[in-house]
This record gives sequence, C-alpha cells and structure tokens, in this order.
Amino acid sequence: MKSEIAAGSLPTDSIGIVESNRISISEPLILSCGRTLHGYELVYETYGELNADKTNAVLVCHALSGNHHAAGYYSDDTSGKPGWWEVCIGPGKPIDTNRFHVVVPNNIGGCHGSTGPNTINPETGTHWGPDFPSLRFRDWVEGQRQLADSLGIQTWAAVIGGSLGGMQAMRWALEYPDRLKHCVALATAMSLTPQNIAFNELARRAITGDPDFCDGYYLKQGKRPDKGLALARMIAHVTYVSQAGLEQRFGRDLKSGTFERGIEAQLEFEIESYLNYKGDQFSEQFDANTYLLITRMLDVFDLAREYNNNPVEAFGHANCDFFVASFSTDWRFTPERSREITNAIVAAGKNVTYLEVDTDKGHDAFLLPVPRYMNAFAKYMDRVYNEVNA
Amino acid sequence: MRADLKSISDLVPENARILDLACGDGELLRYLMDDRAVTGYGLENDPQQIQACIENGVNVIEQTLDRSLGGYQDNSFDLVVMTQALQVMKYPDIILEEMLRVGKSCIVTFPNFGNLRTRLYLTLAGKMPVTKKLPYQWYDTPNIHFCTVKDFEELCRGKGYTILNQLMLAEQPVNQQLKNILPNLFAETAVYHLTRN
Repeated sequence: MKSEIAAGSLPTDSIGIVESNRISISEPLILSCGRTLHGYELVYETYGELNADKTNAVLVCHALSGNHHAAGYYSDDTSGKPGWWEVCIGPGKPIDTNRFHVVVPNNIGGCHGSTGPNTINPETGTHWGPDFPSLRFRDWVEGQRQLADSLGIQTWAAVIGGSLGGMQAMRWALEYPDRLKHCVALATAMSLTPQNIAFNELARRAITGDPDFCDGYYLKQGKRPDKGLALARMIAHVTYVSQAGLEQRFGRDLKSGTFERGIEAQLEFEIESYLNYKGDQFSEQFDANTYLLITRMLDVFDLAREYNNNPVEAFGHANCDFFVASFSTDWRFTPERSREITNAIVAAGKNVTYLEVDTDKGHDAFLLPVPRYMNAFAKYMDRVYNEVNA
Repeated sequence: MRADLKSISDLVPENARILDLACGDGELLRYLMDDRAVTGYGLENDPQQIQACIENGVNVIEQTLDRSLGGYQDNSFDLVVMTQALQVMKYPDIILEEMLRVGKSCIVTFPNFGNLRTRLYLTLAGKMPVTKKLPYQWYDTPNIHFCTVKDFEELCRGKGYTILNQLMLAEQPVNQQLKNILPNLFAETAVYHLTRN
C-alpha cells in the first residue's frame, strides 16, 4: 500500500513520523492478585532525545482507550490521524519534545501490543483471553518501573496522565517517591464513585451479554463481541462529554428523516449517528477482555486504601510536586474529586498547583486543546524543564 | 513591590507554613519563599493571576473565596494571609473567622476607608471616592465591603480576636507624618496581625 503520510506534509508542530518499540522484560512481575507474569512484553513509543544525564525523561500514562501511540504519525497509517495526545506532545507544545524525552508504554493487559488478554499465553500456546490475571494500578506502575530500569531512567522529570492515567501518575508518586520529580494528574480521582462503578457495570454487561462474547473465549471461537463492545463504548462516551457540549455540537439536529407531518420516515438524530459511529470504530480497535479487565481495575482502585484510607497519609509518602487540573463540566471525575486530591496534598505539606478549567468539553477536555489548560500546563512544564537544567 | 507586602514579611517566621487568600500573581508568596523560606499556597480564582502564579513558581490553588475554607483542617497553617481583599469578600467576617480556624494566626491588610482623603472626597464632592488605588465606580466595583480602621478593630473586639501587631502604611507625605498618631484619619493601608484568644 502506498504511504499516505509524507513527512513534508505534516504539521510543523508535530513530532512527525514515529515508530513503536517493543521490549521483552524477563524480570518476573509479581502481581497484586498473587499470580506472577514470568516475562512479558511492552510496546512503547518515545519522542525527543534523552539527555546525557537521563534526567529529562517524562512518562506519559495512557487512559482507558489510549495506548502507546500518543503523538506523531505512523508512516503506513492511512487514517491520517496522529496519536491520541498530539495536542500536548510535540515541539513547542506543553510536553515539549525539544526538551523532554517522552516515554509512552502500552500498559500490561492492554490490547495494542503489550502482553494482555489478546496475546498468547506462553504456557498454553493460546490467547490469554479471560484467563489473563486481574491487575491493579500498582502492577502497571511496577511494569513501568521495570521499563524505566531497562531504559536506564532512574528518575522521571514528570509522570503525567489524565483520567485513568492520572491514577497511575499518583500511584507512582506513592510507590516510588524518589523516582519522579513531578506528578501531573489531570481530570482524575482517588477512587471511583458508585455512579462511576455503575457506568462501568453497564459497559461490562453490554459486553458479556453479547452472544459472541463466549464467556471471554471469543478469540478461540473465531468471534468478536463487537456489538457489545460498541455499546459499552457508547455508554462510556456519553459520560465523557457534557450536556452543554452535546447541545452545542449536535443540538436536536437530524441526520436523516424529517419531523414533518404526513411523512413517515426513519429518524436518526445526529447524536445517535455520532455515538454509533464512535462505538463501531472503537469495537474494531479494542479488545473486549481488556475493557473488562481495565474497568474492573478502575472500580477497585483506591489511592489511599493501604494508607489507612487516609489520603493525607497517602500523599505524605510522596516527594514530588503536583500539578492537578479538573474541568468544570466533567461529570465523570468532577472538579470536586480533584479538589479532594489537592486538599490532601496540601494537608500533607507537598507542593501543588491546582487548576479548575471552565469548559464545555466534559471529561474529554483533558485530551483537547482548551487554551487556558494548555497555557497553564505549558507554564508548569517550563518549571519542570528549568529544574531539569538547574 | 507593594508596601504592605514588604511589611508583612517582617511578621513572618522562617519556614512558616502559609496560606495566602486571593494571592494575585503570587508576588507575596514568591517573596516569602525567597526571604523567609516559607512553604506557601495561594488561593486565587482569576485565570490570568493563576497563570502568573505558575510562572512565578508558587503553589496556586484555584478556589473562589466565599464563606468557608472547607477542605483545610483546623490549625493546619502557621499563618493565613489576605492582602487588600477583605473588602471584596461577600462575608468578610466569616472569612476572617475561617482564617483564624485554619491558621494559628492571620494577617489582614485593607485600604482604610476612614482616611481623610476619602472622607473629604465624599464630603466635598458628594460622590463615592474614586482614587488611583480604588479606581472603580460605585456600580462596577469589586469592593463591596469597605471599612475603616475603627470598624475593623470593633469587629476584632466583638469577636474577641487578639491584635498581635498592627502597622499603618501611607504614601502621601502628610499621611506619613500622622498615620501612627491618628491612624483612622491618616493611614492609607492597615495591616493587622491577629490571633484567636
């Protein structure tokens, strides 16, 4: 196939053509569930040069639907779309690739190349499927720590993530306090609310109720629960956007049909069409077992559980500075949840900057070029960079 | 640097833990971090000021000051500061109470509305004072709760606060001379260091 992406045609503020790397880690990964992964693979991407002292590396943790392709373009990608955080990562952007060496792994249990339910279990010779071990955030952090060791990175200038990625970043701050200087936690929370868990359960039920789910052994059966996964994504997607945002973007516009009397035609609202498209697109690119695994990880996550359920005690273990941001119309992880994080960090006596950005973009705002957020994030990263060079 | 900020620094112990309400661009906190090695957090709700705080390298927390400092524990700060913002508060008395709840002591600075110039302006012009420092018209001013030195001290007495220190500041030459003799007439800015009994 002819390459659709010519380097010269890319935006000048893009990192450009990127490639992903693969690493085999032989160190056993002892998981929270009690099982052990005896060796595993991680795919990851890096952008920007690592300096001689290896002090300018930042770790970007992806969210539920994300992966290691956070910025730039693949030379053989015909979609013409860049990585998921192109707005934040690149030359001159908040995570400036002229300054930082950015590392983005696909997490264990993911479905885009790292060891996960859709990869082969060496012990059985078949896909892990639903037998993949259940994970906790600390297992991800441990895998990322082993990746850092393999890359010779002792200390991250910053560990950065939004949503589920923010939870990893905070977990890093507590698990390996001396291995990061800054923690950037965007649109996130210290634990899920019952409402969050409820939405996750709706998504899981959508998947497991698909006749092609086959108790999770769909790959063995040569099937895929695409309908269920699409529905799961549609449910989740609604929680990522705000009422105001939907109103502004779609209103009550019709994609097809008419409200006119005397004409009986099938109606489709723009929002329906959009949601269905997003659901179908997602189900083609994502693995249902991964979705089940990660939503369960989210449900179980509680940053302070092992610190006497005391967030102040939890953050008392951190040594880094924090940048926390929330978005006014985010009803999945509301500003209130970020204020809890911030208050706990203050009470623990650690440095924190907290931003509550006014936007109609809902939870998804952390992925979007909301100007005020971009400016503040960029300024904060200036500080991170200045400390690298101090 | 604003005169009241510099005079505050003298009242701040080294390594203190400080909360600065309505911290603006973080100038005071930056100064105290450098001069007094404090650990400080500023509360601010103006996006541009917050951006300036990040540039200044101070901890800034986006928060609108209304009634409470909910989320901050009792006595969790050595000092809570609020400079030139008391008059903007919707509930100045409640905020003051809150400052002394979360802080072991607090410093408040405010423009003295009892200043002779202000009095003359109102008396002679018969209009709400508009000055270089208070440039707003009555209808668009954020300053909704002006008070005088006397008013403020009355509030403190009523609440049973102890005044640890008070400083009267003025730039006008005549005020410079007389600010400490007749503060309510000649102080332009008042600085109070309070604690709870």
